[in-house]
Amino acid sequence: MKKGLTRQQMAQRVARDIPAGSYVNLGIGLPVMALDYFTPEDEIMVHSENGILGMRGLHEGEQPDPDMSNAAKLPVNIHAGGSFFHHADSFAMMRGGHLDYCILGGYQVSERGDLANWSLGQKNVATAVGGAMDLAVGAKAVYVLMEHVMRDGQPRIVQECMLPLTGHRVVKRIYTDLAVIDVRPTGLVVIDMVLGIDEQTLQACTGAPLRFELEDVLA
Amino acid sequence: MVNKIVDSAAQAVADIPDGACILVSGFGLAGQPSELLDALYEQGAHDLTVVCNNSGSRDIGLARLIRAGRVRKLLASYPRGAESGAFEDAYAQGRIEYECVPQGTLAERLRAAGAGLGGFLTPTGYGTELAEGKETRVIDGVGYVFEKPLHGDYALVQARLADRWGNLVYRKAARNFGPIMCMAAKVAVVQVGGAVPLGELDPENIVTPGIFVQRVVVTPTNAQEKRA
Repeated sequence: MKKGLTRQQMAQRVARDIPAGSYVNLGIGLPVMALDYFTPEDEIMVHSENGILGMRGLHEGEQPDPDMSNAAKLPVNIHAGGSFFHHADSFAMMRGGHLDYCILGGYQVSERGDLANWSLGQKNVATAVGGAMDLAVGAKAVYVLMEHVMRDGQPRIVQECMLPLTGHRVVKRIYTDLAVIDVRPTGLVVIDMVLGIDEQTLQACTGAPLRFELEDVLA
Repeated sequence: MVNKIVDSAAQAVADIPDGACILVSGFGLAGQPSELLDALYEQGAHDLTVVCNNSGSRDIGLARLIRAGRVRKLLASYPRGAESGAFEDAYAQGRIEYECVPQGTLAERLRAAGAGLGGFLTPTGYGTELAEGKETRVIDGVGYVFEKPLHGDYALVQARLADRWGNLVYRKAARNFGPIMCMAAKVAVVQVGGAVPLGELDPENIVTPGIFVQRVVVTPTNAQEKRA
């Protein structure tokens, strides 16, 4: 696929849709890159599963602290007004519906909002779910940020996930390098897509039927 | 006089028997009770069941116990990582049993044990392979999975400071599983960077009240106090 957004642009695109003052969790990998695109004035409070609210990236020259890392165990710091809490409280924030948004990476998303992002289903490999299943069920809105197709060109957006599920009918919206797609009870609706591709091209690399209700065009 | 402070890490773990279920705090290296795990290694107990979010790093702490074949079963949410070779080798060779537990379910099972609950219904994992074989219920249209409490015989926990009654405060995100593991174990053993006189910890700010703690050991090599 050509003409798609870079990973940075994808993170920037989803960050643009998060309202000021929101409580947000960012999954490891691509989603956590959105941290760089939140502006301090917006006071978006980022939750980290290991017990931090108000997480921020390290400033230039800031020393890492081994007791301050994010879910990927990379060094972070905390904004003034942030807080620490234990794991049961941290996951109560997720399951209890207290987070406004959760942005997760994905392997596959189905047209009904099923998410597969934790296991490739390989035999003889110990599975590692971490907080993925808790994140998938609790936030008011679960957004998935992922490449539109796999490396071999196969669609990640499908009618039925073939990989083990993380959550059943949980995804509200999908952000890819090519488009922004709402998961609605009636099916998938494209609300935004990049310049330079047309509806047929997007449909051709998507494994489930799309409707188009474009609001604007990705800059 | 109540004094839960013991002289050494070796003394703190001396009575852990073979086959015990041990709760180990930490998220990655943050909050890992390294000195207690080293003392447990020296102590020699085997056939252990260990509950920990991860599986340890390189060949230190929990990873060293796994490498030495001392852990019969691990319950964890995320035992894989850049430095988790000890666990991955043991698993590939069939030398360790493993139960994958979603992280929030792991935390809540510990809390439920500490709070005297017989279990709980969680939406986490509903409709996935991790719910297979478990009781499920649909309440007001939402699917839930029944999960049981997770009790430990011992908890090995790292905190920042304690007093002789076992009141604890933690440091930053090293708190993670510490408070709920102290609650969930019959004997909670805590390594701290320092002990303070009674009354010095502000009662408003004590995170784990001493009722949940049985033994405290001050480990002067505690990495977090070197940093503080």
